[in-house]
This record gives sequence, structure tokens and C-alpha cells, in this order.
Amino acid sequence: MSFLEVDDLHVTFSTEDGVVRAVDGLSFGLEQGRTLGIVGESGSGKSVTSLAVMGLHRSARVNINGRILLDGQELVGASPEAVRRLRGRRMAMIFQDPLTSLHPFYTVGRQIDEAYKVHHPKAGRHEARTRTVEMLRRVGIPQPDRRANDYPHQFSGGMRQRAMIAMALVNDPDLLIADEPTTALDVTVQAQILDLIRDLQQEFGSAVMIITHDLGVVAELADDVLVMYAGKSAETGPAESVFNRPQHPYTWGLLSSVPRMDRERQERLVPITGQPPSLIRVPEGCPFHPRCPYAKLNGTRSFDEVPKLRETGEPGHLVACHLEAEVRARVFREEVRPRL
Amino acid sequence: MRISLGNGKAKTPTERPPDAPLLEVSGLVKHFPIRHGLMQREISAVRAVDGIDFTVEPGQTLGIVGESGCGKSTTARLVMRLDEPTAGRITFEGHDITHLSRGAMRSHRRDLQMVFQDPYSSLNPRHTVGRIVGAPFRLQHIKTEQGIKRAVQDLLELCGLNPEHYNRYPHEFSGGQRQRIGVARALALRPKMIVADEPVSALDVSIQAQIVNLLDDLQDELGLTYVIIAHDLAVVRHVSDRVAVMYLGKIVEVGGRESLYRTPMHPYTVALMSAVPVPQAGGRDRNRRILLSGDVPSPIDPPPACRFHTRCWKAQEICRQVEPPLRELRSGHQVACHFPENEPAGTKGPVSLAKPNS
Repeated sequence: MSFLEVDDLHVTFSTEDGVVRAVDGLSFGLEQGRTLGIVGESGSGKSVTSLAVMGLHRSARVNINGRILLDGQELVGASPEAVRRLRGRRMAMIFQDPLTSLHPFYTVGRQIDEAYKVHHPKAGRHEARTRTVEMLRRVGIPQPDRRANDYPHQFSGGMRQRAMIAMALVNDPDLLIADEPTTALDVTVQAQILDLIRDLQQEFGSAVMIITHDLGVVAELADDVLVMYAGKSAETGPAESVFNRPQHPYTWGLLSSVPRMDRERQERLVPITGQPPSLIRVPEGCPFHPRCPYAKLNGTRSFDEVPKLRETGEPGHLVACHLEAEVRARVFREEVRPRL
Repeated sequence: MRISLGNGKAKTPTERPPDAPLLEVSGLVKHFPIRHGLMQREISAVRAVDGIDFTVEPGQTLGIVGESGCGKSTTARLVMRLDEPTAGRITFEGHDITHLSRGAMRSHRRDLQMVFQDPYSSLNPRHTVGRIVGAPFRLQHIKTEQGIKRAVQDLLELCGLNPEHYNRYPHEFSGGQRQRIGVARALALRPKMIVADEPVSALDVSIQAQIVNLLDDLQDELGLTYVIIAHDLAVVRHVSDRVAVMYLGKIVEVGGRESLYRTPMHPYTVALMSAVPVPQAGGRDRNRRILLSGDVPSPIDPPPACRFHTRCWKAQEICRQVEPPLRELRSGHQVACHFPENEPAGTKGPVSLAKPNS
């Protein structure tokens, strides 16, 4: 069993318009010392998954089913008190926007002190502050003892995200979830933060889950990749295998719709047609079939049967698609590969 | 032979050659004052745009790229005359529009339209799509009501939307469709130029390509001229003929797309390009990445002389003392740097300390 084991997770929200199936039967595992990149577009369920792991879905309208095991401990249905004891100490999270996740009224140092003291009730003020300054130094904030007394608005965007990372790591968690950690940052600062996360990962050896819409960020950081579509796993496997030999038509679409800096400029981008589905009325069969150019290649299966994750022949690389292996290989070789 | 339109709107002086730049910007400056105290005294200023020059030829696309705070959005707003320039000159179709009044500007708005970043906040949620896209006609007193409906439906179709959705409200559309509505509105009066500020950055990646292709097709079909502002270097390369790189209110490098992306010369451009993560297994070769230290300095009190010297690995004394002028080192490719990268052989060295540029 993996350090973090998510098994057949379902997260639904009841709304006036109907039931939103945000996560619909998701399973994955994550080992310590590994980084999993979860990639998908808005509404694919990636953030809902991370909040479920962190136990941060508070609404009375949310319904979580399935299993989430952290080091063998069941989190689905656990008491809020039990999850609170884990959160911050064994698992921690970095959010997209550091300005809204830091409290504007307290100094940065005080907020990190508090994160430490919550899980170290016997620690005194000095011990906590020493730890805070050490963490701020570790994430690359110059003059950390002085900057700890600054308020969040006195930090730049990149500095705030560094402070958030320091706060998340202050209790040395075993699982770090980063939800779009660099989306709000400029590209030169993003490069710094990605470097920092990679270094800290190696130093602390924790399990890291990166949630992003940016395939480039995933490629930079992740050992394993999970591509989500409509609350389900479309494709998952080692990053090398997924990027070099992607198997799902949705992954193909994602990779060929972004202009790339490392390639010659294409005359024309190849977008995925249509729109992401409504999660209240998810299409029957394969949720991607209305946008899939290959849905008709195997009769009506894509239209009435939900594809299950199955082996691709590559170790650890699974795909949820009805295409026969030979057909998939041919389409990839003849149509997809040339435009990637 | 030219026939004078004689409708009192005489917009194009007949002596303008057909290949003259559609838009010319010179010495453009915008400082936002910071006021303080009881008397609201001006204590300093945010130097958002600090003296930039560029031209845009008809039918071409100029991409402006840079990080937050570099002044690219302010530049767009100045060109659109949504902000009043502090100094400098904006010439559109040979007319100086720098200080035109709102009323006088109105006749030019037909030819100069804008597409905004956020398709959620740039459409009035209480107006139907028909009313939103039809608004330019009403504001300019063009056509009758029945004519407007037809025109709007044609525009919706042109932008890949269902013309029958004329009576729907913005919330009934997805982000990509809303951006199409924003483009349709900008196209209503058949403008010559469209300024688009981050037209795709709020959209999902699979939808971005749809909008990029739409802008491409419309340019071919209608002969539009674009100024596209974006922070995404890959998107800018895809859409632009020429690209200007901005840093702290200045253009540090400008050139043709191929020249600029193949042989970037300003160290900032080089670092910016090397920082973009690429979707290939293992990411980028880390040894070839240039990691800049620190953040972009504040535009309130930008570093003197070369503004990039605080983060530049090549900076020397001259960079702290003499501001480098934009110099053309390759054909059509200018850079403002004393020690450019990828410098073609046989160019002169840095401007000497004894002879500072004016």
C-alpha cells in the first residue's frame, strides 16, 4: 500500500440545479519521496481532490465516498478533530494565491510561529521563532530574522509564496500538496519557486502532490502524472512515459493545443473542439467522447460504456480509453506524433 | 484616382502611402502620481511607462511581452486612450490622437477597438449578448434596430457562436465562448486595429488554442492589425510578426519574431525564455536555465541607468551609470543593452562612459 492511497473517491455537491459530480471514482497512490503531478482543466476535479485529502470540504452539501488512506489511516469519515491533528503536521498545503492565504493583519513570522505552536504546544515563543527564522532562511528569504516582522503586504508575490512554503514545511510534513503554486507568479519567479520545491523535496523526502493546469510545470517537477477529465482519471503513469508516449486522446489534445517554446513555431494550433462538460450532466459513456475525434473508431462503445483504466503495456502507465491498442498506436504514430 | 468621401469625417489624408505605419508611438510616458497628506501633495510617481517608441504596420501583429508591472497593460490603455498619457505622442492613421477629447476620439474608436483579458468581468451580466455586441452600433448611431440584429447575428457567426443565442446572457456561456463575444463586440464596427490585453490567459489551455486560431482567421479575413499584450512567451511567438519585450516601463528589445526568438540579445529576454517550463519529460535542461535572482523592482523607484542591472549577471559599472539606448544590431532587431547576448560579429562595444547618450 502506498503512503497516500486514494481508492474509488467520489465527491459530489448537491446544488439547486442537480448533483455536481466533481470527483467520480478516482484512484491513485503516492509514495514518500515521490512527486505526483495532477493535471487537468478547470472543473476536472483536481482541486476538489486535494481539498478532500486535506479534509477541507466543510459544506453540508458535500458528500465524500471512497477511501483516502494516509500512512494507513482512513481520512474519509474521520472526525474533524482527528483530521485537524494531521493537518499541518503530517500533511500541509500551499495555495495558488499567497496574498489571500496569508492573514493581512499579522506579521508573516507570527503566522508561521503559530503554525508551529499548534502542533508543538510545549514550544515557547523563542523556540517557535527560531524555527520560523530557520524555515524562512531555508526558503531563500534574505535577512529572515528581520523580514519575519514584516506584514504580508511588505512582501513581493514571490516572497509571499516562499513564506507560504516555509509555513507549510515548518512541521516537517510527510505529504505536501501544492495547488497551482506558481500560477499567480511571473515566469522568472515561477522558475525560482519550482527550483525551491524540487530542492526541498530532495531535502525533506516528503510525498508531494502538485496540482496544475500547466503541463510544463508538471514536466519540471513530477515523477508521475495523473491526467484528470470530468472527475475521472483519463491517463496515469510515470512522467517519462506519459510525456513521450501519451495514450489518451485528451492528453494528445492538451499537448498539441499549446504553443511550445522548445519547438519550431507551428503555422496553426490544433485545439480540442467543444467545451469541457457540465459536471451535472456528464456525457454518457466516455466523458470525453463529444470532443474526441476518434470516438467513432470503435462502434458505439465510447457512447454508452464508461472506459476503465487499463494497462498500456508500459510499466505503470494506465489509460481509460476504448481504443484498441493497435488502433491507438497507429493513430498516435500517424496523426499525433507528427504534430507534437 | 481617389474619391473624397466628403462626409465630414475625412479620416485618411490622401497623401498617406499605403504601407505607412497604422500606429506610431513615440516617447510615450505614463506616471501615476502617488499623493499623500492633507494637501494630497504628489510625493512620487509610479513610472508605469517611461518613454517607449514603437510602430505597427497595417495587417501586422505586434506582440508586447513582459512580467507584471512592466507597463504592458498601461501601454494598451494609453494607445486606446483609456488613460491620459503624461508625455509622448500617439499617431493613429496619421492623426495625432494623444490628447483628443472623448468626443473627438469617438470617431477614431470605430477603427481602434479593444479585447479584454477577463471574459467574466468585461461583459455586463444584465445585458443580453445581442445588446452587448450591438452596443457599438447604437453608440455610433449606425443602422436601424432590425439591421443591428442581423449585423450582430452575422458577427456571432463570424466568431464561431450560434447566432440564435442572440437573446442569452453572458452567464449562459463558457469562458471561451464569452471571449468570442468580446471579440465579436470589438469587431462590430469593422475596426482597422484591435488591441488585445491578455486575450487568452484567463482561459483553459484547450480553449486558448481556439481563440488564438479565431484571431488568426479574423486577421486573414478582415485584414486586421493587432497589438497583443501577453505574458506567455509561447503564445506571443505564435501570434506575432514583431515582438517587443518590456521591463519596468521600457522596451528593452524589439524585433521580428524569428530573429527575437532565435537570437534574443537582451539578457532579460534570454532569461525570460529560458524560464518557461516546457511539456517534455524531465522538463528543461537545468544547466541551460538562467535563474534570475529576486523579483522585479518597484516601478516607483526603478534602478537608475539600465533598469535590469540589479538582476543581470552581466552587469558592470557602466550599466549602473549610463542608460543603454535601443540599438539596431540586426536588421529590424533592436536591443537596449551594453553587453548583449548573441551579438552579431563586428558590432561596436558598449557606449563609452565618456560619451553618454543623450
